Amino acid sequence: MADANQADRSSLSLDRPSLVFDERLSIVTGMVQRFSWKRVETAEGTLRLELGGSITIDDAAALWKRVSETVGLIQAEKAVTIELGGIQVIDGACMALLVQFRTDLRARRIACEFSGGNSEVRRIVDLYGGRSKRRAKRPRRRPVSAVEQVGAATIAVLDEVKQMLDFVGRLVASSLHVLRHPRSLNLRDVGLTAERAGADAAPIVLLINFLIGFVMAYQSSAQLKQFGASIYVADLVGVSMTRELGPLMTAIIICGRSGAAFAAELGTMKVSEEVDALRTLGFLPQPYLVIPRMLGLILVAPILVLLADAIGIAGGGVVAAINLDITPTAFLAQLQGAVRAKDIISGVIKGVVFCAAIALISCQQGLATSGGAEGVGRRTTSAVVSILFALILLDALFTVMLAVFGI
Amino acid sequence: MSKPMITVQDLSIGYGTTVLLRGASFEVARGDIFVILGGSGCGKSTLLRHLIGLEDPLAGSIRISGIGAPRLEGAAPRYGVMFQSGALFSSMTVGENVAFALQEWTHLPIDAVSAIVRAKLALVGLEGAEDKLPAELSGGMRKRAAIARAMAFEPNLIFLDEPSAGLDPVSAAELDELILTLNANLGLTVVMVTHELESIFKVGKHCIMLDRETRSIIARGEPQKLRSETDDPRVRQFFNRETSVPQWQ
Repeated sequence: MADANQADRSSLSLDRPSLVFDERLSIVTGMVQRFSWKRVETAEGTLRLELGGSITIDDAAALWKRVSETVGLIQAEKAVTIELGGIQVIDGACMALLVQFRTDLRARRIACEFSGGNSEVRRIVDLYGGRSKRRAKRPRRRPVSAVEQVGAATIAVLDEVKQMLDFVGRLVASSLHVLRHPRSLNLRDVGLTAERAGADAAPIVLLINFLIGFVMAYQSSAQLKQFGASIYVADLVGVSMTRELGPLMTAIIICGRSGAAFAAELGTMKVSEEVDALRTLGFLPQPYLVIPRMLGLILVAPILVLLADAIGIAGGGVVAAINLDITPTAFLAQLQGAVRAKDIISGVIKGVVFCAAIALISCQQGLATSGGAEGVGRRTTSAVVSILFALILLDALFTVMLAVFGI
Repeated sequence: MSKPMITVQDLSIGYGTTVLLRGASFEVARGDIFVILGGSGCGKSTLLRHLIGLEDPLAGSIRISGIGAPRLEGAAPRYGVMFQSGALFSSMTVGENVAFALQEWTHLPIDAVSAIVRAKLALVGLEGAEDKLPAELSGGMRKRAAIARAMAFEPNLIFLDEPSAGLDPVSAAELDELILTLNANLGLTVVMVTHELESIFKVGKHCIMLDRETRSIIARGEPQKLRSETDDPRVRQFFNRETSVPQWQ
């Protein structure tokens, strides 16, 4: 069945300036076919497919559509000849599709050969294995059973745990080394980390915690008003911010800013062999890269948590003044009675532990990176997710422990 | 005959359960330019990482003269290493890269360190590049800067991973000249991994060839002699750039 109208369409050229976008789209998506594809049943009972025109990468979609339709229609045990005599130009991509067509037919035990074609076309046929008599096989992947998948996943998890334990072991040894030889500590990076993770993070920590205090007070004000207990907004905001939200929100911000940055930075150093180079110059990666980052974060944690507490309470104070008509003096007086020193101290300790966990996990993930840019991305994502999980877990542990010890 | 610089005995290397090389033994003489050859995936870069001490062998021993087993951390570098990409610290200038270990492991005043850095950079033809960042250097310059960093502690042994890879012919030839100069003038022992034939014949004094299939050393000796005298088709194929896949009809 000849496609008579294909001849006209084959004159369509994609680089023709007048070609409108829709016209081009319909060609490259295979809706319009510019080459000819003719099926001829021969007297000997074989099938001849006569291709003609110019078949290039822009026609690949239309060609693949034809190939896919035809493969299923050909009866088994029938010989097929793909006649290339009418083709003026064919490129490698389209030739690869025709070779795949032949492979698929041969897989169904249908004899298939290329025939004809000018010298240019023959060269492309040769280059893409069109003359091969061998029955090309698609490399088949052996299906992986569920048991194998579970086994592989278990091994991967155990490897990860082993890596983590190895990292912690080396870190402990390095910390002891640094205690014995304080000169081996990379002090420059402690200051740099404190500046980047502390001073540079202060504006966002202030803004977010102000809004947290503000929203919390606003949400609770309606309920408190109903019971005539508006003044207790100071207790609610004060205790929540100092014991829970101040350190947690600060840690989440540090995780997003510094945790991701540490993992990406160390990961990039690892894949570009900078960590190996460091080792060949006599430096241990842990004291040089990990401990300074950890110390830098631990140093800024109390300051950031205290700032977060203060600004969060201030946010609550603003709502109290505007929405509940509580004067700042009354708010502060109530706050003094509600918030105890141990609330603030336990929050600061939480913040320090959170920051240590952030540094530990992000550096471990960074130093475990392999596999180029994709590996860096994977480890950075993994670092952030692991840190968030660890923060919530640590927070829960703190809550239980503080309750047990009555703090 | 003087004691060899490196002695490797019955070395097996690999990752996890994958063995890349089994029971390899060889020696690297003092003042040699020793080339580790082989096709892709045969484990030549992994062998270099073991010789440097970045990985622990599965079995066997590596002894470096005056050091024993390769040791890296916790002391001034005892030998120099240049990585394939240069691996310069990207946050530091070229001068800071070269000065880095000197500042840590010596008590030299800053002026003295600067003088040594300038001299080392001049040695590799990078005068005046102290204040440039690695990103501002070309591939060849980056590798030469990495050699300057590796040479900072006056080592008598240097390891080079694919020094000519990815370089234009002129930069590659310059780097070969630099390796020959350092070897001839300073008596530096060079162990390098490469598969650039021109470099192998120009600078290599001795070589070993690794094979992925047999996981062993399949040839050893002088590169020129191996090329002309070998009976092993795998070695001949490598040295004569013969293909193992059928040519297009």
